[in-house]
Amino acid sequence: MSFIKNIAVKPWERKGIIGGLRPVGTFDTAPEKVALVFFLVVASVVFSLFTVSYIIRMELPDWRPLSDPAQLWLNTGLLVISSILLQWARTIVQTEARKHLISAFIGGGVFAILFIAGQMNTWQDLQATGNYINANPATSFFFLLTGLHALHLLGGLWVWSKSSIRLIAGSKPEEIKLSIELCTLYWHFLLIVWLAMFAMLANT
Amino acid sequence: MAYLPLADQEQELHHPHSWVTKYVWSQDHKVIAIQYGGTAIAVGCVALVLSLLMRMQLGFPESFDFMDPNSYYQSVTMHGMIMVVYLLTALFLGGFGNYLIPLMVGARDMVFPFLNMLSYWVYLLSVLILMASFFVDGGPTGAGWTLYPPQAAMAGTPGHDMGIILMLVSLVVFIVAFTMGGLNYVTTVLQGRCRGLTMMRLPLSVWGIFVATILGLFAFPALLVSAIMMIFDTLLGTSFFMPAVIESGTPLDHNGGSPILFQHLFWFFGHPEVYIVALPAFGLVSDVLSTHARKNIFGYRMMVWAIIAIGGLSFVVWAHHMYVSGMHPYFGFFFATTTLIIAVPTALKVYNWVLTLWEGNIRLNAPMYFAIGFIFTFIHGGLTGLFLGNVVIDLPLSDTYFVVAHFHMVMGVSPVLVLFAALYHWYPKITGRMFHSGMAKLHFWCTFLGTYAIYLPMHYLGFLGVPRRYYALGTTDFIPQSAQDLNTAITIAALFVGTSQLLFFINIFWSLRNGKKAGGNPWGSASLEWQTPDTPPIHGNWGDELPTVYRWAYDYSVPGAHEDFISQNTPESAEPTVDEQHFDPDIDQPLADV
Amino acid sequence: MALAVAIFLLVVGSIFFHFAVPYFGWWFTDIAADWGSIDFTITVTVIVTGTVFVLLNLFLAYCVYKFREKEGHKAVYEPENAKLEVWLSVITSIGVIAMLAPGLFVWATFVNVPEGATEYEVMGQQWQWAFRYPGADGQLGFADTALVTESNPFGVNLDDPRGQDDVVVTGPEMHLPINQPVKANLRSNDVLHNYTVPQFRVKMDLVPGLVSYLWFDPNKVGRYDILCEELCGIGHFVMRGSVVVDTQEDFDTWIANQPTFAETQSRIAANPAADQAQYALCATCHGAAGEGNQSLNGPKLAGQSAWYIERQLNYFKNGVRGGEGDTNGAVMAPMVQTLATDDAVRNMAAYIASLPDTPAPTTVTGDIDNGYDIYDRNCAACHLDDGSGTWYTDAPALAGMSDWYFVTQISNFRAGIRGLHRGDNYGGQMVGMATAMSGIKEIQDVAAYINTLK
Repeated sequence: MSFIKNIAVKPWERKGIIGGLRPVGTFDTAPEKVALVFFLVVASVVFSLFTVSYIIRMELPDWRPLSDPAQLWLNTGLLVISSILLQWARTIVQTEARKHLISAFIGGGVFAILFIAGQMNTWQDLQATGNYINANPATSFFFLLTGLHALHLLGGLWVWSKSSIRLIAGSKPEEIKLSIELCTLYWHFLLIVWLAMFAMLANT
Repeated sequence: MAYLPLADQEQELHHPHSWVTKYVWSQDHKVIAIQYGGTAIAVGCVALVLSLLMRMQLGFPESFDFMDPNSYYQSVTMHGMIMVVYLLTALFLGGFGNYLIPLMVGARDMVFPFLNMLSYWVYLLSVLILMASFFVDGGPTGAGWTLYPPQAAMAGTPGHDMGIILMLVSLVVFIVAFTMGGLNYVTTVLQGRCRGLTMMRLPLSVWGIFVATILGLFAFPALLVSAIMMIFDTLLGTSFFMPAVIESGTPLDHNGGSPILFQHLFWFFGHPEVYIVALPAFGLVSDVLSTHARKNIFGYRMMVWAIIAIGGLSFVVWAHHMYVSGMHPYFGFFFATTTLIIAVPTALKVYNWVLTLWEGNIRLNAPMYFAIGFIFTFIHGGLTGLFLGNVVIDLPLSDTYFVVAHFHMVMGVSPVLVLFAALYHWYPKITGRMFHSGMAKLHFWCTFLGTYAIYLPMHYLGFLGVPRRYYALGTTDFIPQSAQDLNTAITIAALFVGTSQLLFFINIFWSLRNGKKAGGNPWGSASLEWQTPDTPPIHGNWGDELPTVYRWAYDYSVPGAHEDFISQNTPESAEPTVDEQHFDPDIDQPLADV
Repeated sequence: MALAVAIFLLVVGSIFFHFAVPYFGWWFTDIAADWGSIDFTITVTVIVTGTVFVLLNLFLAYCVYKFREKEGHKAVYEPENAKLEVWLSVITSIGVIAMLAPGLFVWATFVNVPEGATEYEVMGQQWQWAFRYPGADGQLGFADTALVTESNPFGVNLDDPRGQDDVVVTGPEMHLPINQPVKANLRSNDVLHNYTVPQFRVKMDLVPGLVSYLWFDPNKVGRYDILCEELCGIGHFVMRGSVVVDTQEDFDTWIANQPTFAETQSRIAANPAADQAQYALCATCHGAAGEGNQSLNGPKLAGQSAWYIERQLNYFKNGVRGGEGDTNGAVMAPMVQTLATDDAVRNMAAYIASLPDTPAPTTVTGDIDNGYDIYDRNCAACHLDDGSGTWYTDAPALAGMSDWYFVTQISNFRAGIRGLHRGDNYGGQMVGMATAMSGIKEIQDVAAYINTLK
C-alpha cells in the first residue's frame, strides 16, 4: 500500500528532488486513460444509483415484473461481438501491425450500432404491446436504463467514428493506438454494465 | 512502454490569436478561472438580492408590494440553489480550482484545455437556463432548494410547470459541466505535477480542491439520477417518486412512487455537497493562515488525512437530513453516530488552524482578517451542527430557524469569508496589483460583525420553535411579538451586510487601475504559484522552463534561513540534486497501484 | 489587535445574549409533553458546545493578540506535534460521546411506542389538518388516498368494519386526554407535510403513500398550535391547527359529540325543497334567484357550493362571522337564527346551491393583467385556474360571483375583521394569503380579472 505509505511521510523532513530528475505522474499511463477511468467510475456510480433505486422501487406493492422480450438475447450477442472485435483491434494495434485493423475496429462499431438498432426495435415492440413508459414502474425503469445505456454507447460511437475516419484516411496505427485502447476499455465497461443490467431486468 | 509524464512533455498550448480567442474562447486556465469566477459571483449577486427581498418580507411584513407568498417561495428556492451550486461550487472549483491547480502543481495548463473551456461554456449554459426560469410563465420553481416531490411538480407550488423543468434541466447541464471540469482537475493533480512535487508536498489548497472534486464526481451522479427520474415523472407520467396523490381535488395519474427515495438520492448528493464547498475552503484558508502567520501549517499530515477522512465519511451521513422525514426511524441510530464521528476530524482541523497561529508572527492584513474570522464562524457553525446531527435534538429543531442559522453559519458565512480571504490573498497574483487595504478591512468588519448579528439571534428563534420557510408568522400561541422585533433587527443587519458587499466590488475594480504594483510575491509566500516569472502569469505560466520543487509548501521561518520563507523551488544547494540519501523505491517510483 | 478584542467581545457578548434571551421569550416554549429527556439532551449539548466555543475562541483571541507581527520577532518552526493532536482527538471524542450517548438513548425511547398508547390519525392535505380517532374498537379502519371523495375525505374503506366507529374530525382542532401516551399515525393526501407542536418537542413528516408515526405523552392541559413544518406549497405558512389537551372527562365529553364515520356516511341527503319557504326572507337582500343585490349589500349566492353556504350560515349563526367591524355581517347574523336546526341549514344550503347560476354583473374595474398576475400566482392554488373553487382546499367559487362582495371581503380579511375568529376554520388562511394584494387597488385588479373568468 504505497498510497498509505506515501501520505504517511513527513514532507518537511526531506528536501531535494524526490522521484528522480524527471517529473512523475501518479499513474504510469496516459492522462486520457486516467480521465477515462475516472469517468467510468462516475458512470458506474450513476448506474449503481439507478440499480439501488430500482431495487427500492421494486419492493413497493405496485411493482409488476416485465416479461423480457426475447430480442434482448440477440442484442446481447451483438454487443458481445462488438466488444470482441474491438478487443481484437486492440490486440492488433499493440503489435503495431495493420492487417485486419480496419475491419476489426470498424466492425466493432458497426455491431454496436446494430445493438442500438436492436434496442430500438425492442422499445417499439414493447410500446406496440401497450407497455408504455408510464405503464408501470418496471417498464419505466426498462426504458430509462436501456435508454441511458444506449446514450452512453452513442457517446462512445462518436469517438469511434472520429477514430475510424482517421484510420481510413490512413493514420498510422501508433497515432490512434491510444484512441483504440480507450474505445476498447469503454466498450468493455458498457458490455459489463449491460450484462449486469440485463441480468437484473431478466430476474426481477 | 512507460508514458512520458505530462510535465515533461512540451505541452502543446493553444495560443490565442485574437482578442476573442484570448478572452472569450480561451483555453487558458487562468482566463477560464476568471470567467467561472465572474459568472458565479454575478449569479451569486442575484441570489443575494433574493435573500434581501425575503428578509424585507420577514422583517417588515405587509410593507412591500413586491413580495407575495408566491414570490417568497420562489426566492427561497432560487436563493438556496444558486448559492449552493451555482455560486459556491462553481467559484471554489471552477474559479479557484482552475486558477490555482496548474500554478500550484507547476503545470503549464490543465491537462485538457479544450475540455476545460467547454466546461465553462456548458456551466454558463446551465446558468442561463436557470435564469430563463425567471421569465417563463409561472416563474421559477418555489419548491425549496431540495425540490422534494411530489410537491415540486404539483399545482399549489410556484413554478410547478415550466419552472421545475428548467431547474432540473439546468442541474443536469451543470453536472455535465462539472464532470468535464472535475475530470480535468483530478487528472491534472495526479498526472501534471512538475518534477519533485510529490502529493505530500502539495499545498493544502490543492488537496482540498482535489478531494472535493472527487467527492463531486461521486456525489453529483446522485443528483443527476434523481433529476432524470423526476423529469420522467413530470413529463412522461412515470411514477418513480410520485405516489397516488390528489391535486386540487383531482386524483393524479400516478401510483406507488416513493418520495422518500428521492430524498435519499438528493441527500446522498446533498451532504457531500456541503463538503464539496467546505473542503476547498479548508484548503484555501489553511494556506492563507500559514502564509500570514509566517508559520508552517500545523500538522500538515493530519490536515491531509482529515480532508480525506471527512471526504470519505461525508458519504455515510446523508440521512441526518431526514431524521423527521418518515424514513425508518432505526436509521437514526446509525446516521447520528456517523454524523458525530465526522466532528472529530473536523475539530482537529480547527485545532490545527489555531495552533498554526500559536507562536506565529501574525500579519493582520485583510486576507488574514477574513481567515481568522472564518475560524470563529466555523467554530460556531460546527458546534451548532452537533445539535442537529444528534438525532433526538433534531426533533424539536428540525425545520426551524435553528437549521437556517446553522447552515448559513457553516455553509454560507464561513465559506464566503474564505472566498474573500482567498480573493484578497490571490488578487495581487491575478491582477498584478494590490487592493486597497483599508477598504478591504472595512469590508471585513461589516461582513463579519454584520453576519454574526444576523445569525446568532436567528438560532434562538429556532430554539423558540419558529418554523422556517414561512412567508409570514401569522398569529400563534407561542411566538411573542418580541420575536417579530428580532426578525426586524435581523433584517436591518442583513440589509447592512448586503449593501456593504459593494465595498468589495468597488475595491477590486478601483484597484485594477489604482492599486500599487504588487510584484511577484508580495506576501513572501513559499508555494509555487507565487514563483511565476511574470505577474500576472502569462499563458503557459512558467516561461521557458518548468519549475522544480525541492521542498514542501510551508517552509516559513525555518531556523537558520536568511528570509522568513523558502520558496518551494529553492534548491538546497546551487545544483539540483536528487535526494539519494533518502531514496525510497516505494515513493520515488510512479505509484502505479494507487 | 482590534480583531483579538473583537473576538473576545463576541464571545462575551454571545454568553450574555444566551443568558438574556429567556427574558425576551426567545427560548424553548414550556414543555407540555413528557419529553423532558429531549430537553435534558439539549442542555448537555449546550453546555459541552458552549464550553468548547468559549475556550477555543478565547484561545484564538489570545493567539491573535499575543503573536501579532512584531519587529524582529520570528515565528517558531514546528511542523507538527503528534502527541498533542492525539490528545486533542481523544478529548474531542469524549465530548462527542457525552453528547451522543444520551441522544441515542432518548431516540430509542422515541422509536419504541410504549404499550398501551392510544392511537389517532393525523391527515394532512393542502393546506389543512384533519383527524381520526379509532372509536370503541380501538382500531382505525383501512384508508387510502385513492378512496378519497368529498363525503369521505379520509378515504376510509367503506367495507372495513373497523372503520365504521372511527371518529372523524374534519376541522383543524383536535383534543387529547392528559397523561395518556398517544401514538399519532400520520398520512398525507397530496404532498409532504410535517406535524409539529412546539410544546410537545417532537415532529414527523407526513408522506403520501405511507404511514409515519410519532408518540408523546401530553402532561399539561392547554391549547397548542399545530404547525406544518415541511414546505408543502404556497399555503405552507397558513396550514395551522390546534390541539387541546383536556382532562379525561372533558376529552370524553368532546369525543362523544363528534360524529362517527358511519354516521357521516349515512346522513340523509339534504332536501332542497324542505325549507325552501324560508328562503323568502333571504330573497329580500339576496334576490329571488339568489342573484344578489348590491344596494342592499346582499351578495350573489347562486353558483356557490352547498358545503360553503352551509359553513358560512353556521358561522353567522354561531357568531364566528358578523362580529366587530363587520356591519353587514351583523345584519346577517339574526337572519340565520330562523334556521333552527342543522338540517334546516343543510337544506337551505342545498336549495341555494340548486338555484340557476347566471354570472353577476360587473361593477368593479381594474388592471386585468396585474390581477391575472396576482391571481395566477397566489389564488389559483386553492380557487383553481377557472375560479370555480373546490371542496378539497375549502375554497369557494369566485368566478361569476359578486365582484364588489369580493372586494369588501378581501378588505375585511386584510383588516382582520374576518377570519381571525377561532371558530373560523379556514378564514385564517385568507388573512395570510390576502396580503398578496397590497391594497384596494390590487384587490380591484384581481376582482377585475375574476370577472373575465365567468
